[in-house]
This record gives sequence, structure tokens and C-alpha cells, in this order.
Amino acid sequence: MAKRLCLLLLKAAAILVPAYLLQMLIDSRSINPYYAHVMIVMSIFVILSVSLNLVVGITGQFSLGHAGFMAIGAYAAAILTKNPGLVLPDFITGYPLFILATLAGGILAAAAGLLVGLPTLRLRGDYLAIATLGFGEIVRILLLNWPFVGGASGYFGIQRFTSFFWAFLFAAVTVLLIRNFINSSHGRACISIREDEIAAETMGIPTTRYKVIAFVIGAFFAGIAGSLMAHLNRMLIPASFSFMLSVEVLLMVVLGGLGSISGSIGASVFLTFASEALRQFRELRVIVYALLLIAIMLFRPKGLLGNQELSLSLLKKASLTAVARFRRRQKDAASTTPAD
Amino acid sequence: MPILETDNLAVRFGGLAAVSDFTISLDDGELVGLIGPNGAGKTTVFNVLTGVYQPSAGSVTFAGEQLCSAGRGLQPYQITLRGVARTFQNIRLFKELSVLDNVKVAYHQNVKYSLPPAFLHTGQYIREETEIEQKARDFLRIFNLEGKMAERAKNLPYGEQRRLEVARALATNPRLLLLDEPAAGMNPQETKQLMDLILFIRDRFKLTILLIEHDMSLVMGVCERIYVLDYGKIIAHGTPAEIRRDPKVVEAYLGEAM
Amino acid sequence: MQQLINGISLGSVYALIALGYTMVYGIIRLINFAHGEVFMVGAFAGFFAITEFGLSFWPALAAAMVFCALLGMLMERLAYKPLRNAHRVAALMTAVGLSMLLMNGAIAIDWIGASPKGFPQVIEIKKFRLMENVVVSTDQILTLAVALFLMMLLQFIVHRTMMGKAMRAVSQDKDAARLMGINVDKTISFTFALGSALAAAAGVLFALNYGVVMFNMGMMPGLKAFVSAVLGGIGIIPGAMVGGMLLGVTETAVSAAGYSMLRDAIAFVFLILILLVRPAGLFGKNVREKV
Repeated sequence: MAKRLCLLLLKAAAILVPAYLLQMLIDSRSINPYYAHVMIVMSIFVILSVSLNLVVGITGQFSLGHAGFMAIGAYAAAILTKNPGLVLPDFITGYPLFILATLAGGILAAAAGLLVGLPTLRLRGDYLAIATLGFGEIVRILLLNWPFVGGASGYFGIQRFTSFFWAFLFAAVTVLLIRNFINSSHGRACISIREDEIAAETMGIPTTRYKVIAFVIGAFFAGIAGSLMAHLNRMLIPASFSFMLSVEVLLMVVLGGLGSISGSIGASVFLTFASEALRQFRELRVIVYALLLIAIMLFRPKGLLGNQELSLSLLKKASLTAVARFRRRQKDAASTTPAD
Repeated sequence: MPILETDNLAVRFGGLAAVSDFTISLDDGELVGLIGPNGAGKTTVFNVLTGVYQPSAGSVTFAGEQLCSAGRGLQPYQITLRGVARTFQNIRLFKELSVLDNVKVAYHQNVKYSLPPAFLHTGQYIREETEIEQKARDFLRIFNLEGKMAERAKNLPYGEQRRLEVARALATNPRLLLLDEPAAGMNPQETKQLMDLILFIRDRFKLTILLIEHDMSLVMGVCERIYVLDYGKIIAHGTPAEIRRDPKVVEAYLGEAM
Repeated sequence: MQQLINGISLGSVYALIALGYTMVYGIIRLINFAHGEVFMVGAFAGFFAITEFGLSFWPALAAAMVFCALLGMLMERLAYKPLRNAHRVAALMTAVGLSMLLMNGAIAIDWIGASPKGFPQVIEIKKFRLMENVVVSTDQILTLAVALFLMMLLQFIVHRTMMGKAMRAVSQDKDAARLMGINVDKTISFTFALGSALAAAAGVLFALNYGVVMFNMGMMPGLKAFVSAVLGGIGIIPGAMVGGMLLGVTETAVSAAGYSMLRDAIAFVFLILILLVRPAGLFGKNVREKV
């Protein structure tokens, strides 16, 4: 028990210390504010891609609605922090309010996920794609027509709460929770659905329930990411939660490998960086994304890295096989030379 | 008391009657074969017994409980939880998962921890997962697969994939096991091993087995009773010796090696 | 009554697009997300045939249909054929990628760009007063007539020609069809050509009715057409027609009732409802995957 507590504290320190140190560097302007902003955006995309990977890569369900869930989380949380006392008691202010609002945003997004998931996930495969795509569009249209949040012109005057520290913290906790989930019996149930739904069912797995569970968890974290985005940019416009955003996150999942959490993290960091670098070529960027998506699917349908996790043991295995291969080659060379 | 009874089961696809008037009864601990020419409706029967299809008419009773009747029935996973397990004609393993994880999925029904412990890896999670791990390892040892536990299922040789599929089905702790052409694609040597395996699991796990098979040496060698299906109807029923002499069976199989 | 006429006109456009979705889904079980973009390309092809080459309406319509038929075949050959035996998610993602590529590729092409363009009035618009408050215009009549003609032509092709028989066979069982000597690749390619040509026709008719063409015009009609296909029962050709009409009429009725902002949401409400109540669609039979 004491050992587990130690381990837990160690893990917490491994997240908090670098987050805090980097935040100090940002506050002291040792890291310039632009880079700090990019780092926060990276963290938010890590949350988005890892949570979408749970749905698409782990459970094998094709969702195109991540932007919609993100929008719900973003607007819900922004409404709560802009109007203290509207729902939550008004003595809650500052960061506690931000955290509560973020969680509320996640829960609302999860509820929306349940609403979309229940009818569509009962059916096999493809309908989810179109239903989630449609859902994302409905969310955007409703927000456009809702005067309370400014409609098309946008929702302004949101407080800035999202610092690098918080974004990193939320991202790290998301990754840990989802990784833990995957490494549990419930996670195995999800993977078995991806591998073979009919076989999963004859193993006693209630497949519809697990598809809905994975989908709702994914939606929850998308909502969290939305709140972080809202309290970073201090304004929200419906147009930024378009279908394109869902596809961008999907591309991260595909690029990093379907089912690979570490892959999603790497791909989020890389693609956020790349799209910042390509900022002035907006249209070109989308075309490159589309070509990339098609090319990966044609040549490596499991994603660039497959479902392997990047870990120390994998590196060890890779290096061991490389060494073995090298030895074998040397041996082959040694044994063939005399014969020649 | 019979463990499995079907009562005038019928399955129709559009106008086509795939199975009709299908009535069988299996006693506890029996090893029964279901044979018939290709397209006779054997796999369709399995699909109804496991809840993949709903029957158009008739009903299935398992251990005193009705599993399905015309147009409605339990979900496949609910039927598994009540003690019916099956394998598939074309092997359906979780290909990308390790051999060990394939068996662990079957233990999911025994897992008591809910979602929060799964997210937080609490003490309860650790206790139960250690237990599952141990059980799955012991289980694979019975099937001589302990050396391949970390291997991905798709990398196993064909015969071992079949064996793993049987092992995985048994791990759900069934009282009735349905084997759909377990010897398909096996050479005589492997088939012989499979026969030993089938007899072994029947005795060791004390269960009832219903198997579909084309390999007559296997069917005649292990089954105590045989039902013969042709055009969706049972045309004969009896011991292997009786079936071998039955003129209707010979006619149905005319041209096929018997 | 007036709304019914407007609705049927819009619905016949949805139905034409839905046919392409439904045929492709029927034959290779793929939701071709790029189909809405084929509709857009068709509208632009018609636009250029008229403005650049000075063609009149009928030749422009034909040119757009031929162009998109080729485009459809090209897409199938390059992007979908290699994935025919891959995981379904891979094919769906490729379809999404193609859709984005066509849409954003259109923006990048100078003479399409990001801003809407006026579609020329190539036919004389006359309005006929049928009743007190009911007016029907020539473009609406034309839309309905062309749509009906193409649907009948399609029914003829599918049920009366060798190619149609091959299409039905391949959609039933690809391997069995191949064993029967049917050229499966050619049949699938033909299906894409047919579906894309219908989408192109829909694009030109839509542009004629609304008077504008724009790079993202395919997105919403594409989605709605898919819903129409699901509504009628995906894979079933008459189902797509009825589904399209039903959706078109409902939409115009809703906007006439004063809820025009919710117009675009109707389709998805329909989708959720049909999935809840009758997932196989109005005309569909529920079929489970073969085990």
C-alpha cells in the first residue's frame, strides 16, 4: 500500500514538476509568448486526439463529430465562467470556477455523446460516421442561431484561465486515465469489438454498451479540450468548430497509428507545429492534410506507426532484434566467405 | 433432463426456408454431431442457438430457460453469459491481441470492478487483474499454449489458432459448447489430435458438445449421437452405426465421400 | 401547395444525389463521402461549359455528366479499389480525405476560388399560375422532368441491361459474381460512373434553380442526400427517390412555417429518428452480417 502511494506521488511529481517549471519559464518570458501559446495548443490537441483514438483506434468506431463535442464543452464552460451565479453559486470564482466549468463542459458533451451514440451505435459500423458528421453540423448551426452566445459574430469577453500549466496538467491526466482504461478488462472489451464484433459478442461482451461507453468517454474529453480552448482564446466563434477540425484531429489519430496513444501524442505535437509553420498557406495546408490522409490509408491502413505503443520495452526489443540481425549477418558473412 | 431443446425451429430468409421443423434434444454431458451436405443449414442452426439470428418460428430452451422464440430472443452476449459458447467455421480470433489477451476477454464476464477503478487502477483493479492473469495462464497451460502467451493470435500456426479458439470459448465457462467445423483445413494427423482434445475437454470440463463437421472419421469417431440435416430438415437421427446404414443419409450424401 | 411544388423540386435534386450514394453503398458497402463534392464539380463543369464554351443548357448538362462520370471512375480506381479488402474505416477515411481534397482543391483553382459565382440563366424562366397562390416556374418543371427521366433511365439500366444485371449480381455476392464470369472491377467502375453522372446532373439543376455555384455547395446537399438514401433504405434505388422527395418536401414545409434557421437540422433529426425506429429504412429489410 505504501509502495503504491509512493508510486502515485512520484507520478504526480513527474507531471507537476515539469509543468510548473515550464510555466515559470513562460512567466519569466524565457519562453516567448508565441511559443507558449503553441505549446498550450499542442496540449489541447493531445487531449482531442487521444480521446478520439479511444473511439476510432481502440474501439474501431468511425466518428466525425469531435468538433461538435468540443464546441459543446467550450460554450458550456464559457457560459459558466462568464456568468458566475447563473448555475453554480456565485462565491465560486477564479480557478475553482474554471475547473468546475471545464468538468461541467465535459459532462454536457458526454451527455450529448450518449444522445447521439445510443441510437446509432446499436447498428453496425457506417451510420455513426454520418450521424456524428450531421451532429457536428447541427451543433454549429444551433450556435450560429443562438443570440445569447453572440451567434455568428462570436462569444466574447471570456476570462483567460488556460495557462500552460493547466493545459499540460489536463493533457497528462487525460492520457493517464485513458491509458489506464485501455489496460483494463473494460478496455480489452473495447479492443475486442474493434478486432471482431461478432466474436466479441459470443465472448459475452455487451458490444453496444461498450461502444457507447467509449464514445461517451471520448466526447467527455473533447468537451474538456473545448473549455481549455475557450479560456485560452477568450472568444468563441461557431465557424472554428467546423467539420475541418474533426478531420484534423482524425488525421492526428491516423498519423500516430490507430490504437496507439503515444502515436497520437506525437502526431498532435508534430501536426500542431506543422500547421503553425504553414500558417500563411491555409488552403494548401488542408490539401496537404487531405493527401496525407489518403496516402496513409492507401499505404499503411493501420496508421503510420500501427497500433504499437512507443515504450522502453519496444525500443529494447527493436534494438535487440537489430543487434541479433547484425550478428547473424556477420555470422553469415563469416561462414560464406571461406566457402567462396 | 435435457440441457438443450429446440422445438420446431424455423429460419426463413425472404422466401427461402434455411431451416424448418428443427427439433432436437441434448442431454447433459452428451457429445452430439450435426452433419449434412453443404448449404443444409447447419451453421444457421448455430447462429440461432447463439442469438445471432432470430428464428422465424419455434423456440430454443437451454437449461430450463427459453433463449428465443419466433421473432425475438436474447442477445448473443446474454446467451454466452447463460452458458453457451461457440467457435466459428472461419476462425474469428482477436488477431491483433496476444494469445493471453484473447483468453482474458472471455473472463470479462467475471470482472466485478466498474469503470472508476479501471481509470484509476485501484487496489480492486490490481487484485482482480492479477487473478485474471493467473487464471488465463493456467488455462492456456491446459491447451499447451503457455509458450505462446505473448504472441499475437494472427501469428500462430493454423492448428494452434483453432486450439486457441476452442480454449477461448471454454474460458467463458460454458455448459454447452458448439463447435463449427473444428477440423476444417486440418491434416489427418491434426484431426486425430483434435479428436483427443474434444474428448479431453468434454471429460475435464463436464460439458455438452454439439459439433458440425464434414470429416466423417471425426464425427463417427467421437460422437455418441448424430443428427443429419438436409435442405434445412432433419432427415435422420441415431448412433453413428445407425447413421452409416441409413439409406436416406446415403442418398443425401450420394457422390460425397462417406 | 406552393411549398409542395418547391419541395418536390428540391427533393428531386436530393434524390438524384442519393441514388449515387445508394448504388455505391449497395455494391461495395462504402459511404462515398466525396459524392457531395462530385455534385459540386458537376455544377462547376456545367457552369464552365456555359460561360467558357458558350454551350446551351442541354449540351452543358451532358458535358457535366460525362466529366463527372470520368471523375467518379478515376476516384474509384485510384483511391477505393486498392482498399476494397482493407478495413472499412480505412476506406471511409479515404473518402473523407477525397472530399476535403476536392473541396479545397476547388478553392485553390483560380477560376473557382472561395467566393460564390452567379450561374447564368440559360433557360427562359416562365412562371405559370396554377391556382390562386400557386406558381410553378420552368426551371422547377425542368428539374423534375430531368430527374424523373434520369431515374427511369436508371431503372431501365439496372433491370433491363446486361450491365445492370451484373451490378445486381455484384452487390449480392462479389465472389460468386466473379465466378460467374462477371468482370467485377468493370461493374464497380461503371456504378461509380453512373452515380457520379447523376450527381453532376443534380449539380447543374441545383445551380440553375438557385443561380449560384460555390466550392462548398456539395457539403450540405451531399449529407442530406445521404440521409435520404438511409431514409428509403440504403442500397435500394426506389427508396432513394422516395427518401429524397420526403426530405425535400419536409424541409420546405419547415422553412415555410417560419423555422428556416432549423432547415438544415431537419435532415439529421430524420436520420436519428429513422435509426431509432426503423434502421433498415422505409423499404429495407433488416439483414445481419453473415457469420
